[in-house]
Amino acid sequence: MTTTVPKDSKATRKRGIDAAPQSMKVLAVKILLLAIVDAVAVFAMTLLFFRGDWLVLGLVAVVTLLVNIVYLSPGLLPGKYLTPGLIFLAVFQVFVVVYSLYIAFTNYGDGHNSTKDDAISAIVLQNTQRVEGSPAYRVQVVEGPGGLGLLATSPEGEVLVGTQQQPLQPADPASVTLEGDRAVAVAGWTSLAQQDVLQRQQEVAALQVPLSDDLSDGFLRTTDARNAFVFQSVFVYDETAGTMTDTTTGTVYSDLGNGQFETADGDVLGTGWQIVVGPENFLYPLENPRFGGALFGVALWTFAFAILSVGLSFFLGLFLALTLNDPRMRSRKVYRVLAILPYAFPSFLSALVWLGLLNTEFGFINEVLFGSANIPWLTDPWLAKLSVVLVNVWLGFPYMFLVCMGALQSIPEEVTEAATVDGANAWQTFSGIKLPLLLVSTAPLLISSFAFNFNNFNTTYMLTRGGPRMEGVTENVGHTDLLITLVYKTAFEGGNRDYGLAAALSIIIFIIVAVVSAISFRQTRALEDLH
Amino acid sequence: MSIDISETLAVERGSEPAPPVVRPRMSGRKWLREMGWRHLIGIAVVIFAAFPLVYVLSASLNPTGTLTGSNALFRSLSLENYVALFTDPNRPYAAWFANTMVIGLVTSVATVFLGALAAYAFSRLRFTGRRVGLLSLILVQMFPQLLAVVAIYLLLRGIGDVFPVLGLDSQIGIILVYLGGALGVNTYLMYGFFNTIPTSIDEAAKIDGAGHARIFFTIILRLVAPILAVVGLLSFIATTSEFVIASTLLSSNEKLTLAVGLFRLVSNETNTNYPVFAAGAVLAAIPVMALFLWLQKYIVGGLTAGAVK
Repeated sequence: MTTTVPKDSKATRKRGIDAAPQSMKVLAVKILLLAIVDAVAVFAMTLLFFRGDWLVLGLVAVVTLLVNIVYLSPGLLPGKYLTPGLIFLAVFQVFVVVYSLYIAFTNYGDGHNSTKDDAISAIVLQNTQRVEGSPAYRVQVVEGPGGLGLLATSPEGEVLVGTQQQPLQPADPASVTLEGDRAVAVAGWTSLAQQDVLQRQQEVAALQVPLSDDLSDGFLRTTDARNAFVFQSVFVYDETAGTMTDTTTGTVYSDLGNGQFETADGDVLGTGWQIVVGPENFLYPLENPRFGGALFGVALWTFAFAILSVGLSFFLGLFLALTLNDPRMRSRKVYRVLAILPYAFPSFLSALVWLGLLNTEFGFINEVLFGSANIPWLTDPWLAKLSVVLVNVWLGFPYMFLVCMGALQSIPEEVTEAATVDGANAWQTFSGIKLPLLLVSTAPLLISSFAFNFNNFNTTYMLTRGGPRMEGVTENVGHTDLLITLVYKTAFEGGNRDYGLAAALSIIIFIIVAVVSAISFRQTRALEDLH
Repeated sequence: MSIDISETLAVERGSEPAPPVVRPRMSGRKWLREMGWRHLIGIAVVIFAAFPLVYVLSASLNPTGTLTGSNALFRSLSLENYVALFTDPNRPYAAWFANTMVIGLVTSVATVFLGALAAYAFSRLRFTGRRVGLLSLILVQMFPQLLAVVAIYLLLRGIGDVFPVLGLDSQIGIILVYLGGALGVNTYLMYGFFNTIPTSIDEAAKIDGAGHARIFFTIILRLVAPILAVVGLLSFIATTSEFVIASTLLSSNEKLTLAVGLFRLVSNETNTNYPVFAAGAVLAAIPVMALFLWLQKYIVGGLTAGAVK
């Protein structure tokens, strides 16, 4: 945002503010806060420097510099007030949207999590076998700043130390403590006692220390924390050809530009890497008609769910407002307080409460109200839809009740009186005068309520997790899924997380929300003009 | 949960028209025809609205420890489930409660502060980009953060590789994420209220030699206290009931919030875990409902101005 000072009379006034003497206390607080921010930033930049993340480092540096300029220079008053909030907004609201867009064009997901180099070393590391007849190294498990490592005494008596990241290197003989012919301690490393090793058994068992920089030389692995053997990977990566060879079968896997190693006949190695795949994720529903059909169903249901929820709660609320707001009813306040209880109840608990009530085998509704029937409220496609809407209406009608009551009270008496004088009956007064007035005043609330329910994750997910699952679709799509629950399930549930596809789906929601908002914004404008 | 706002903070609307002073008693028959059905509907609605809550209360006091046993409402009462809630290390309810409070309080206080700073700038300062800025804030608030949950998760995973304290499974990390929504939703609401404070107050202070920081912190912030309270409360409620982001970012059992912890508890083995869940739900709901009923008339008044649950 530009923060130049406009050159008009206000500029003079602004200079007047800044010129006012700043108390020492304010100045001290300001400098202290800036110092903390700078210290954290420098710490972050140091870490980033050692990791070689130049882009992020540059960004942090620029932002820190800007923050310092904004707070240390005398002008830039709007900047002083806007910067803190804008930084959070930029990172966690604006950037994440742009980042979603990027992810939507990649194959990011299980099996495609990282860079090609990471994938290569993962494949090599995950497929090691003991080299037949390799000599035993006597080892001691040690811990250093880089994590667990091995202090190994080679069969020739040479003492070496290394970790998973750092290949074995000869240790300075002067700093090594020997116990018999086995090195047990070395300066700069803590030796793990036997019970510590037992406690961290899995970590120790997974530890593979490369013999040298070349991973194909092999690794030291230990099972008992006393003896280690040389393991070599079944897979060998050929850097010049860019291929991965399985040495047991002789199969050659190569990179065909799909972010994975594969053979010509379609054999694929499980670990791949992240690449940009273009519009593939957006085309996925079209190329897989079953999923495409399911997605279309989900989109339709999302609209239906939002419209039904808003519509039903609105009409129930309106009906109640008309019924229970009769001034002759003495107990109407009691009814009102009790009827809005669902609104006061924390919303994240509501769906879970109904989860128990609607339980097929043991729930109150089946057991008591329907005499031990086993009605599948949450597991039958249509009943589950009904249940989700019912629960959402339960959550939403008190709000509509309150809103309608307020709106009805704000309609002037004279209007209805005039209608009565003109000979309109009660129904005509209501449908011809009160209802249109009510709709005009509640329209913005109905629209925002629609927008909220369009992405009402909690009710659906907590009640049915989007289920019951649609049959005939390989992907995990359910009959009560909303678009947003489908995004969540695609990204975070099940064995095959697909961030790319999930991000593409969320971009679709973005577009729908944008279109709906634009239309409704125009409509409300039209309504306002009417007024 | 999303909270939508309008420009002004509604003051309580005149609740009901004053009842007529003298009311002739209706005859029984007329009463039945004109009033009786209203009472019937009232009773039906009250049952529909309140029964699930009564049921939870009853289930939480039921000693049989299963959903089946809970169907006999208030047949036998005990505090077993409440004790179980705090004694089983597999469901660290106290930790969940504390986490929720800490995350909720820190987020709402910081949200109020960031929002107030921005609202002050928009309301009192004139600068290029002010109008565009205000419009973009309205635009931004149309897209809830949860739509970008995948990107948020991956971003925090990346941050966590460098700074584990800010990464996944960290409460600081999740608070930072929530603060991304601080400006979008609340600034406009505050902006409207700031505009109702006459600028002559600022001018007077300025003439007396107060700097902008002093005007903001010692004068304006006090005058806008009501809107700060409202925004703080809304933000607290929204944060404590947030589920999607919390459930993707937090993973270890003792770091969960109530929403995530209770969901995981009851969605697995609903039958056996329900009574303990019910106890947890009652304890979590009591403070919120008490606050709500206490502030009822203000909330009800503010609703028509547009807070959406």
